[in-house]
Amino acid sequence: MGKARGNLRALLHAIGSKLPRSVTQQLEGVWSRLRPFVNSFFDRLFRSSVNFARGIVPSTLAIIIALLVGAIVLWATGHSPIDAYSSLFSGAFGDSYGIGQTLAQATPIIFTSLAFLFAFKCGLFNIGAEGQFLIGGFAAALVGISFTGLPFYVHLPLALLAGAAGGAFWGFIPAVLKAKLDAHEVITTLMLSYVALWVISYMVNYPFKAPGMVAQTPFIAPAAELPRILPPTQLSGSIIVALIMVGIAAFVLQRTTLGYEVRAIGLNATAARSGGINVKRGMILALVISGTLAGLGGAGEILGVERRYIDFFSPGYGWDGLAVALIGGLNPFGVVLASILVGALRSGGMVMNRVTGVPLDVIYLIQSLVVLFAAAPQLMKYLSKKGVATSRTAGLVLTRFQSALKNIKHRLKRT
Amino acid sequence: MSTAVRMVNITKTFSGLTANDKINFEVKKGEVHGLLGENGAGKTVLMKILYGMHRPDQGQIFVDSQEVRIENSAKAISFGIGMVHQHFMLVPSLTVAENVVLGLEPTKYAYLLNIDKTLKDIKSLSDRYRLLVNPKAVVSTIPVGEQQRVEILKALYRRAEILILDEPTSILTPQEVESLFEAIRALKQQGKSVIFITHKLKEVCAICDRITVLKKGKVVGTVEKTQTNSDELAEMMVGHEVLYTFEREHTTPGKIILQIENLNAFNDRKLPALKNVNLGIHEFEILGLAGIEGNGQTELAEVLTGLREPKSGKISFLDETITKISTHERMERGFANVPEDRQKTGLVLDFSVLENLILGRQDKPPFATKWLTLDFPNATRFAEQSIKEYSINTPSDHTLARYLSGGTQQRVVIAREFSRRPKFIVASQPTRGLDIGATEYVHRKLVEMRDQGCAILLITADLDEMLALSDRIAVIYEGRIVAVRERSKANELELGLLMTGGKCE
Amino acid sequence: MVGIIDIINVGLFAAALRMATPLVYASLGGVFSERAGIVNVGLEGMMLMGAFSGVLTSFYTGNAWLGVVSAIFTGGLFGLLHGVLTVKFAGNQIVSGTGINLFALGFTAYMSQTIWGSRGASASVPGIPIISLQFLKDSVPVVGDAFNTLFSQSPLVYIMFVVVVISYIVLFKTPLGLRIRAVGEHPAAADTAGVNVHRTKYMCLIASGMLAGLGGVFLSLGTLSIFVLGMTGGRGFIALAAMILGRWKPFGALAASFMFGILYALQIGLQSTGWLPPQIIQATPYILTVVVLAGFVRKAKAPSDYKPYEKD
Repeated sequence: MGKARGNLRALLHAIGSKLPRSVTQQLEGVWSRLRPFVNSFFDRLFRSSVNFARGIVPSTLAIIIALLVGAIVLWATGHSPIDAYSSLFSGAFGDSYGIGQTLAQATPIIFTSLAFLFAFKCGLFNIGAEGQFLIGGFAAALVGISFTGLPFYVHLPLALLAGAAGGAFWGFIPAVLKAKLDAHEVITTLMLSYVALWVISYMVNYPFKAPGMVAQTPFIAPAAELPRILPPTQLSGSIIVALIMVGIAAFVLQRTTLGYEVRAIGLNATAARSGGINVKRGMILALVISGTLAGLGGAGEILGVERRYIDFFSPGYGWDGLAVALIGGLNPFGVVLASILVGALRSGGMVMNRVTGVPLDVIYLIQSLVVLFAAAPQLMKYLSKKGVATSRTAGLVLTRFQSALKNIKHRLKRT
Repeated sequence: MSTAVRMVNITKTFSGLTANDKINFEVKKGEVHGLLGENGAGKTVLMKILYGMHRPDQGQIFVDSQEVRIENSAKAISFGIGMVHQHFMLVPSLTVAENVVLGLEPTKYAYLLNIDKTLKDIKSLSDRYRLLVNPKAVVSTIPVGEQQRVEILKALYRRAEILILDEPTSILTPQEVESLFEAIRALKQQGKSVIFITHKLKEVCAICDRITVLKKGKVVGTVEKTQTNSDELAEMMVGHEVLYTFEREHTTPGKIILQIENLNAFNDRKLPALKNVNLGIHEFEILGLAGIEGNGQTELAEVLTGLREPKSGKISFLDETITKISTHERMERGFANVPEDRQKTGLVLDFSVLENLILGRQDKPPFATKWLTLDFPNATRFAEQSIKEYSINTPSDHTLARYLSGGTQQRVVIAREFSRRPKFIVASQPTRGLDIGATEYVHRKLVEMRDQGCAILLITADLDEMLALSDRIAVIYEGRIVAVRERSKANELELGLLMTGGKCE
Repeated sequence: MVGIIDIINVGLFAAALRMATPLVYASLGGVFSERAGIVNVGLEGMMLMGAFSGVLTSFYTGNAWLGVVSAIFTGGLFGLLHGVLTVKFAGNQIVSGTGINLFALGFTAYMSQTIWGSRGASASVPGIPIISLQFLKDSVPVVGDAFNTLFSQSPLVYIMFVVVVISYIVLFKTPLGLRIRAVGEHPAAADTAGVNVHRTKYMCLIASGMLAGLGGVFLSLGTLSIFVLGMTGGRGFIALAAMILGRWKPFGALAASFMFGILYALQIGLQSTGWLPPQIIQATPYILTVVVLAGFVRKAKAPSDYKPYEKD
């Protein structure tokens, strides 16, 4: 490595000596202005990678243990864990159809887990993401069926906007109740989820029902649809919206005033208040944004997959959000990985069910075990102390990685 | 006299910091033994080990010449050791009687609480040791002095032979200190041993028979009271001749910057905390607010910084009424706040040093752009500047505040608040829990700000600090300002008297 | 045309009592847990596990009372789990509780499918017989008939009243209750007074789980005699609302739960009238819970400090 650097430098010198003074001076000027940015970029990259890696270790451990316990349950009830798991994983990742389905299942979960995450950063537990998800989906469906003849670049954004607004509204109610009346948001968001479920069910069975036996709305206008990316899978443009939201959420949280205030409130509301931050306003905004994210998820599902609102279409994407946010180490990028994992469990699970007859619910069992393990980080520490070898190797890898990056940083600083 | 308790070779470390280093400590029966040392010398840790709240890494404990293992407080109590903590361990919503008997409740019919017996037992103890309490009162409603008596009764109810008092006078007036000393003498007469933890030389000389001095976790020496004097003790405690006297120049106060008129406010329990407070603070002045904790100082600080809404009254700043203005708005106008609990209210411990430094200014230039994104280059520059200017001892600006020492954390708070170039500062207990070096630094900085024209309201329970720094002193008692004195005309005894409501004509 | 009088009658109160019972048990569970300083949002899951294990045991043994015992045991087990996660490992209480809820849902659905072949409902099992206080009908003249309707209840309903009284006595009249309240409000004070803080919390959580399990088994064995997927339907959370409304006191929880019981009973009555579409009626208990929390629970002061208690 050193030799390469030396050669590079020699080369640069050689070129530099051939160029007129003014040019080299200009280049040096540009470089000296660029340098702080380059340094800080690598610095941040280095730090966030280490943090990310550190955050993943307990989650990975939790997942492995959960899978093991799941295997035991399967075996105890007369199924072969090996058959079950192999059909699960091959179903999820084995071919392009599997991968497409996995990503399609992951998409709504990315939204709901982002929703939970955002509220959590403010110290709030938005357990009602499911309700906000449904309301967003229904609002989008309404816009989708209510207009005809609009071009797609108007209809689609409008429908998405409606989904966002619906979710925002459904998050606003518990937000205000919490801020003004200190009503515990765990109970209010949860209750509102049930309310959403039943009220929409009513809507879809009576006023907005499409003719026929099934409880569903009419299909949305084609102009409002999110296109399928990988037919015949259900993967739709919704995933692109999801990834964009991940980026926006990460940016808002780390690099904006609002994100700063939300995090301050979540970590120490007393100090935040002392510092002049309007805590009530921050909490309301956090829950509303949380609801918006979930609502967009619902809209994405309706516009991209279902194309109409059908009663009880959600297999509980909202509830997955909690588990995934925790598995993802409570940061936006981990959430994407964890969503893909859970999406894999769902899509692979369906294959597993078809092939081996194992009930799908074992998936939920495994997920809940991960949540339980994630509830107690100390437990992970305790267990990992028992698995000394694994953590030591992980640690070694981490430190090597760390020092390698540090080296690069130092060398850059010296030029 | 025989030995009541002996601690041999006690060592205790907390994440790298050695709090107790091979300490040998012995208390004889029927003596009052002072445990003297600065903040952080290891006195409380040693006693917590004796009371079973910490387990020593090394060492042995002997009670009545028998070696014992004290795994928890219940064990300590069974060996006759009782402790009255600096921060009371009383359950606020329970009554005095319930608090005293908690854990040792007398019963009737095998399972029900025997209230009558409880009341009787407490009365007899209360009479014997001259500790006046109202057994049926709810603890959250009684004054601090009475709460302390409840704590002592708790220990006595458990048949404590050895009583540990941890900084018992930090919240008492000079008069209440005298009554406490009387109670201690009564205890001694009855054959009990008392361990008296303090950092105050005067008290230790007044009441203790023998004194052990701790410094930085080690025993410096054990002396008989009659064979030593306060200078020698001070030297043992700190290692240089005299603690320090603070020199400052006298400045002339300017015009009144902050005016408080007829301020009334309630505390969290909906009881009146501030009653018709009138106060004016000038620029170029430090106004010290003297008073026992719990007489309204906290509420006054909160009302001034906008964290508590007053019931009535007016606050004007630079001739503008600001009574209803938000904290944020006040900070814009030039308010700064050094809160009394830096970890709870002053800092977000899981934020980095940089993030803590911009707390309160994260929504405006220079730390925010006009699209409300954070301006990291500016923030980083400011952080680097502040770290240098205020000598903040941190590995980098993204170290989490949690990992800094108490003194360093306070420097972060001060850097944040003072670099705003405020016109008015509320400083509550600014040197609580800090060592001599950090304390000196904070004092210097406060005076610096005053010399630049700031108006400073200094709220502190430390009378020495108050007298050292203030230009004027106001005394608050039960929510009222009972006196305002120029520093030159104030003396400790009179202040102590005023702090308990006595008047001085 | 169905009129008001057809809904509001003694039958309503009898049904209300039935509907309230699981809530009372669960909210008592919540009281014990929170008085000791631990938030228990896992009541829902504990109820569900209780409901399931009761049916399972009754299915294999043919004895409904054994089912009740197993429900109490199962509930207690999960209460202990919650305790271990939050006390020993100082975990996040909400996450732990939610994990228990998710686990219960997944586990019961999976086992239901495996054992009875249907994830929706189990086979019918022997249930707990109803005890009517017949003598009331005969002895008391005019209202005897009404009393009979009102008091033809499962024994678990009568036991519920006893449990409420016992809870009150334990919490406020015994040393144990004093210690529980101290541990919840100021664990350091309790600790230095010699109370074993962690053990007290564990005990309360086990009790909490046992009570929730009882509430759950009443839902399954006590009324329907089958297990249905997700049959608790949010009751564990409504019980929390009842606990808050009842100011963390046993009798308060009883009264608040009874109020919710009336809501549930009304819901059934309304369904038969056809005044409102069925889905809206289904939504009413949840809407009303939110309204209750919003309107009547102004700044209710919780009795406890919910931070995990760690000492060196």
